[in-house]
Amino acid sequence: MKNIWYIAKKEYASLFNSPVAYVILLVTFLTLGFFFWIEINYAVQYQQYVPSMSNTFSLLVFPLLFFAVPAITMRSIADENKSGTLELLLTSPVRDWELIIGKWLGCLFFFLFTLMVTLIYPLVLNTMIDKGIDFGLVFSGYLGVILLISAMCGIGVFISSLFNNQIAALFATLGVLILFWIISAPAQLFQGSVTADVLTYLSLTEHYYDTFLTGIIQLKDIIYYLSFTALTLLMANISIDIRRWR
Amino acid sequence: MIKVTGLTKDYGLRRAVENLTFTASKGEILGFLGPNGAGKTTTMRILTGYIPPTSGKVEIGGFDIVDKSIEARRLIGYLPETVPLYNDMTVFDYLMFMANLRNIKQAEDRVDEVLEMVHMEERAEGFVGNLSKGMRQRVGLAQAILHKPEVLILDEPTIGLDPAQIIEVRKIIQELGTEHTVLLSTHILSEAQQVCNRLLIINKGHIVAEDTPEQLQSRLTGSKHITLRVRCGAEDMVPVIHDLPGISSVRLMDENTLEFETSVNQDARPDVARAVISSGLDLLEMTQDTMSLEEIFLQLTRDDFPVLPQESVSASTGEELEEKEE
Repeated sequence: MKNIWYIAKKEYASLFNSPVAYVILLVTFLTLGFFFWIEINYAVQYQQYVPSMSNTFSLLVFPLLFFAVPAITMRSIADENKSGTLELLLTSPVRDWELIIGKWLGCLFFFLFTLMVTLIYPLVLNTMIDKGIDFGLVFSGYLGVILLISAMCGIGVFISSLFNNQIAALFATLGVLILFWIISAPAQLFQGSVTADVLTYLSLTEHYYDTFLTGIIQLKDIIYYLSFTALTLLMANISIDIRRWR
Repeated sequence: MIKVTGLTKDYGLRRAVENLTFTASKGEILGFLGPNGAGKTTTMRILTGYIPPTSGKVEIGGFDIVDKSIEARRLIGYLPETVPLYNDMTVFDYLMFMANLRNIKQAEDRVDEVLEMVHMEERAEGFVGNLSKGMRQRVGLAQAILHKPEVLILDEPTIGLDPAQIIEVRKIIQELGTEHTVLLSTHILSEAQQVCNRLLIINKGHIVAEDTPEQLQSRLTGSKHITLRVRCGAEDMVPVIHDLPGISSVRLMDENTLEFETSVNQDARPDVARAVISSGLDLLEMTQDTMSLEEIFLQLTRDDFPVLPQESVSASTGEELEEKEE
């Protein structure tokens, strides 16, 4: 179990050795900050408008995370494979699943750090509104984003394990994320049928926008994200296994 | 420590390694020799648990590399062909990371110790990405010996090093070889000759010879080859030398040079020298070639060369395998 921690720590530290992490942080904070500023200005101009965090969250999920997650996870295993260090890890006394979970956790830590910095927005907003903001809503918003990121990182690590090339992993992950975003769109064609339910259920964002974002925390959404994560990590494990047997 | 039985590996339709059987015991340095594509790296990758064998069995210190992989891997230090380094880490951090994965107590002290062994202590805080090829190789070696492994598997450990470093690394390997089992692959035959107790020559996935370097030499040579140079009149010497005991196939190369063979266990040179002098000719040069390891290697890895000594061994393991399949 300790190995997971060592690998996660190394993964997290090495993210900050590449410019990608800083570019992502810069773009994220610039975009969110700019929109947050607009939100507040809007509220100042139109007194009836109550500023909230939900726009900021929506923007964070799409498009920011849809690009940030693949950019962070792309190198996780693909790079190890390319530089030959995967051979080192797979011949050290580290179990395959320890490696996978360590990698995933390292990526997740990066986003937890990012989210921690964004906590400044609700705190600022709280000082601006007389009665303060609803922190329950903020909590559920953050919880949802963390669960969503966990599932997205799972996809990213799995896809990274399939490739030797980071760029291939980047675009494949982006593609799969977008697929799981728009998968609920055709549901309207099959309205009322089981197909529609299944398609809607599969969508990564359906479990966020109408629930966590509006302050509703439901067990089924939590289970969805957790099982999504577990499944992708399992697939990454199988992919590593297949790599050995090839 | 290492026990390999009937090891076979297929990559798709291509058979990389076929029916390898060998053992290596504690305190032994086993050299793994073969031309490119002979299956050296494949064998090492199987031995370290990176890829599984198609059939056959590998045991490291009694642990099966497939069934008891983690236990077996704990005993192994491995330096792959491409040195596995993280360019964005410092040398020290890299070794600390590996030490942690290896669950080493007092990791920092051990890392310092190993850095000193490979003479990299001055570059400990430098980034791995800035190191020269030789330094990278040494850091890779440091990583492999961190946990004082029972079995050290090195895939071409001296490649890219300068002569002084080569000697240094060979010394380290020889030191380690006294207490551990070392398996190293190399192209450099003189290195194998110097460092290894035993050689395993492998070609096209088969073991073609297995013996000590000295034994290999004497077994394959069979006869000594002598070149004789005299001043003028070498032609007259042909029947004279032919009549000397133990000498065969005398050939006249040009008017000054003769070549002939003698049996291994006899030195014919004094007799030849006397014969030349008493014939009134001037002896200019006489050289005796023993077959170098290079020549043995070339001879053994020639395409038409029959598979030499392994027949008895491979036959028995073949039976074992059949039994297993049943």
